[in-house]
Amino acid sequence: MREFFHRKIERTAIGFVLAIIAAASVGGIVEIAPLFTIQETVEHAPNMRLYTPLELAGRNIYVREGCYACHSQMVRTLRDEVERYGQYSLAVESKYDHPMLWGSKRTGPDLARIGGKYSDYWHVAHLHNPREVTPESNMPAYRFLSRTPLETATLQSDLNAMRSIGVPYTQEMIDHAVKDAEAQATPDSENAANLLKRYGEKTQVSAFDGVTTQLTEMDALVAYLQVLGRLVELPAKQAASQPSERAP
Amino acid sequence: MIAQLTLNERTSALGLLILVALTGALMAVIGGDDPFAAHGVIIILFCAVIAAFVISGFDAPEPRIDRQDSYYDDPTKVGIGLSMAWAVFGMFMGVWVAAQLAWPDLAFDGAWSSFGRIRPTHTTGVIFGFGGNALIATSFHVVQRTSRVRLAGQISPWFVLLGYNLFCLLAVTGYFMGVTQSKEYAEPEWYADLWLVVVWVTYFVVFLRTLARRREPHIYVANWYFMAFIVVVAILHIVNNLAVPISFTQSKSYTIWPGVQDAMVQWWYGHNAVAFFLTAGFLGMLYYYLPKRAERPIFSYRLSILSFWGITFFYMWAGSHHLHYTALPHWVQNLGMTFSVMLLVPSWASAGNALLTLNGAWDKVRDDATLRFMMAAVVFYGLSTFEGSFMAIRPVNSLSHYTDWTVGHVHAGALGWVALITFGSLYTLVPALWKRPQMYSPALVEAHFWLAIAGTLIYVFAMWNSGIIQGLMWRTYTEEGSLAYSFVDTLVAMYPYYIARTVGGALFLLGAIIGSYNIWMTAKRPFMPAATDDVPQALSPAHARVPAE
Ligand code: HEC
Ligand code: HEM
Ligand code: HEM
Repeated sequence: MREFFHRKIERTAIGFVLAIIAAASVGGIVEIAPLFTIQETVEHAPNMRLYTPLELAGRNIYVREGCYACHSQMVRTLRDEVERYGQYSLAVESKYDHPMLWGSKRTGPDLARIGGKYSDYWHVAHLHNPREVTPESNMPAYRFLSRTPLETATLQSDLNAMRSIGVPYTQEMIDHAVKDAEAQATPDSENAANLLKRYGEKTQVSAFDGVTTQLTEMDALVAYLQVLGRLVELPAKQAASQPSERAP
Repeated sequence: MIAQLTLNERTSALGLLILVALTGALMAVIGGDDPFAAHGVIIILFCAVIAAFVISGFDAPEPRIDRQDSYYDDPTKVGIGLSMAWAVFGMFMGVWVAAQLAWPDLAFDGAWSSFGRIRPTHTTGVIFGFGGNALIATSFHVVQRTSRVRLAGQISPWFVLLGYNLFCLLAVTGYFMGVTQSKEYAEPEWYADLWLVVVWVTYFVVFLRTLARRREPHIYVANWYFMAFIVVVAILHIVNNLAVPISFTQSKSYTIWPGVQDAMVQWWYGHNAVAFFLTAGFLGMLYYYLPKRAERPIFSYRLSILSFWGITFFYMWAGSHHLHYTALPHWVQNLGMTFSVMLLVPSWASAGNALLTLNGAWDKVRDDATLRFMMAAVVFYGLSTFEGSFMAIRPVNSLSHYTDWTVGHVHAGALGWVALITFGSLYTLVPALWKRPQMYSPALVEAHFWLAIAGTLIYVFAMWNSGIIQGLMWRTYTEEGSLAYSFVDTLVAMYPYYIARTVGGALFLLGAIIGSYNIWMTAKRPFMPAATDDVPQALSPAHARVPAE
């Protein structure tokens, strides 16, 4: 009987294509559509801040260099991971991430909570030559980042594009994108105070690569690394009350 | 080649090339110093090379009027060449990537040559360059033979093949320059993605029109798979790549999907790229070339139906097994796990169907390296799908995820299944296409087989070891209840395996180079015209049942 039915759809190319589309669509629709409607998918975090223009630029360098090919940014709900890397990752933490950078391979350690773990100086030295800091490392050296001036001309378009897909950058933030980027790497400047007003008092203003005269890609990347895991203040209670699973 | 086109068609081809080149010129001008402009120049050069080729043959005599009475195999021939060229490139990059993990200084301090940039040139080079070209070439061949009709269109098959290669070229050159969306297997930026949509829709139309004209009442199984491959890849590609460019003169864009939703969409895409690119398409090859070479019909028609619809339906649910224990809601993870386990049934139905087809032809498998390629591919297919279903179980995945175990699974599938079935199919197809009694050197086919098997086994065993060791070390506790190993301790344990994997990969690459040489020599040897019944239905009364030819 079934065979007979199949013999029939085998005789029409269009019918077959439609059957394929029908069979293949169900799974995706059932799994993806609810993620946008079910409220609990992404936790509520009213105090979450946005990436500053410099951090966003750093994130784009992270993408460009393919750091995600070796580093995850997703601490799983397993005891050993929580002990090694810190509180497991929540969905809300990547709410403003386009794209997400959870990664699928850990050739190097997880970076979801790397922010604040090391000094800027450490990161610069490590990115210059990882083997000087950790002799056993197989991470590539990224010396050229300190030599390459950061391209700031596109920052406004970057923020603008992000706003058009739902990240709540204000017009003021977009207008001041370039100044804000420079200010973040120039401590004690006039503009730095304005940056803090726009993005929050906790925003790290620092000379990152140690040189304030020129804004480099190294500044941006280190600024990004230093904010990882610190966009949201995780409610300490929530962390304790949801026991992490233990690996079997 | 050009002689197959009428004068009118040659002119339209040139017109089309000029149009594309003009788009490239526009990109080069408005792109400023963005890689967007460099890509414009690459497009112009690409069109110029093909235009030079068309012009060089412009004055060739026009084709006979009865073109419809012969199959159209020129695009397939060129596709095979491109596929092997990409194989050598992509696998060379794979060996280099592998070597960098063992000896990081092999990046030579360059930006373009650092691990993060060349890794996607490997994955794109082998999956889309090698695999994709092989799929286009064989699907064009198979759909004509099983429908007993010439391919629809004269220029459109060329547009599909060459346009697709332009996409691959933009992708790979982009990574070297740092142009990437970071989405695994969907790295190319918005303009390359748009171009692929145009190419892919044309592919769909060519394939569908050819099927619509078929002189066989039924659509043969291989074509079900090719069709699923074409249709579903289009859906996946479009949804996953929805993005907003920062401007129309720059390469950078931001995906519209945020955080957790992006993760789900990406792995819905990623897993089904495995399903419909690396599995369905190659099952299409299997269902035609394996019975052809073994000279036996497919074992069971019912099993074919079961496995086809099982694969088409179940795979689409399984993507979330890439996100176990993450911030993705639990219910989605559980759905993904459940369907991944069920997926084993149709997967093994396919593998079983293929092996039972060989039952009774084991003597041929023993003597014929080409058939042995296909048999080994089926075994690795069975193995990697079993492994996949196993790894999709949450507790198992808690160990395997993030480790080389995944990479081992990938290459059991990629080397063992995808590459072996492709080589087996090409060794069947090439002599038939160039009308040779056999490959230039059967001994080299034999050598290729053993290099490929040795390379795959070394690779996969090294990664199983390293993956499981690292996974276990990460979660080992001391008596006092603290973590026993620092991350760097676990990294140090990986080095011997990274070196072994590089060696295994180099063997596999060597095999591919030998294969390319063999195919080249087979095609190049002087033409020996032989009587042929390899023509469409109208001329050939011979009427063999499945698989037709
Ligand atoms: C080939 C894989 C690889 C790539 C690509 C890579 N890394 Fe690493 N990374 C490692 C390894 C291995 C370690 C651990 C050893 C060490 O400290 O160097 C590491 C360590 C780190 C650490 C310190 C983590 C800690 O907790 O101690 C940071 C930060 C880091 N990498 C950032 C980056 C950035 C930023 C990029 C991209 C520009 C990058 N990595 C690219 C492999 C890689
Ligand atoms: C010469 C043979 C090959 C070698 C040496 C090789 C090597 C590698 C290496 C070193 C990686 C990176 C792993 C990591 O990041 O730890 C990789 C990834 C990958 N390769 Fe290969 N490869 C080879 C052939 C192939 C082929 C033929 C295919 C597909 C048809 C393939 C598909 C992939 C895929 C999909 C990944 C990404 C895996 C992941 O993200 O988990 N490779 N390969
Ligand atoms: C029944 C069939 C299969 C199932 C259930 C399955 C399941 C899985 C699972 C659970 C993972 C690991 C995800 C993670 O932990 O990150 C994975 C990864 C992968 N599998 Fe399979 N697999 C199957 C067949 C195949 C086949 C035939 C191939 C062919 C090449 C393949 C290619 C891959 C690739 C490329 C990845 C790596 C993705 C990445 O992380 O980049 N799989 N698969």
